[in-house]
Amino acid sequence: MGNTIEVDIKVPNKTRYLSLIGKIGEDIARELERYSGDKEVLAYHLNLVLTEAMVNAIKHAGPKEPEKLVRIVITLHRDDLTIRVYDDGQGFDINAIPAPNFEELEDRGRGIFLIRTLMDSVAYRKNCKENMLEMKKKLA
Amino acid sequence: MNLATETRNDVVIIYVKEERLDAHNSTELKSAVQKLFEDGKKNVLVDLKDVRFIDSSGLGALVSGFKNAISHQGNLKLSSLQSQVKSMFELTRLHRVFEIFPSTVEAVENFQS
Repeated sequence: MGNTIEVDIKVPNKTRYLSLIGKIGEDIARELERYSGDKEVLAYHLNLVLTEAMVNAIKHAGPKEPEKLVRIVITLHRDDLTIRVYDDGQGFDINAIPAPNFEELEDRGRGIFLIRTLMDSVAYRKNCKENMLEMKKKLA
Repeated sequence: MNLATETRNDVVIIYVKEERLDAHNSTELKSAVQKLFEDGKKNVLVDLKDVRFIDSSGLGALVSGFKNAISHQGNLKLSSLQSQVKSMFELTRLHRVFEIFPSTVEAVENFQS
């Protein structure tokens, strides 16, 4: 299991923690020994998908309880990166979110598009207790 | 959020003095730009030299500013984008929407022409 890294972190569901979570993604990208691509580009992309996913979790969080936490689990096993972001809000149907209409200038609606573009697969699962956004990427 | 403003030849330059322009702080930029157009300013330049990271909310705040400019018969342009920030504009096709200049000097000159 020498090739596995797992980071399991909980932070309050506040946007002020976006930078902290994003930086963990950047640091993981820079530590990859075998990655053949541009590590700085990957660092930005992981920062971005973590930021977008956490904003999403904050937006869909449940009733206004200040003590709510967002849990993020980042697993790197060999070349397989999995990021899971958990929230306990009402959830949403990721497949119902349309791709942005590039002809219309909307203020919003680019977050999930960016995640889908930068990761290999994206899924959203909900059960009675919590919701999970799962994003995977092969880092070869 | 740390914003610095300067007026040069009728162009209000907003320097975003933050490393990140994201969901945590972009609302403040959006409001600052909106206020300038509401106050009757016509030419606004947002300089992103210090911004190393932008997310969809940061892009959204700039789109909002751009639409504000149009509705007030004004102009909003951008300058000094770092390469990774610029690539986010390309990924979301927003580089076709905004006029983007390498420096504030070139942008200010363009407002005059």
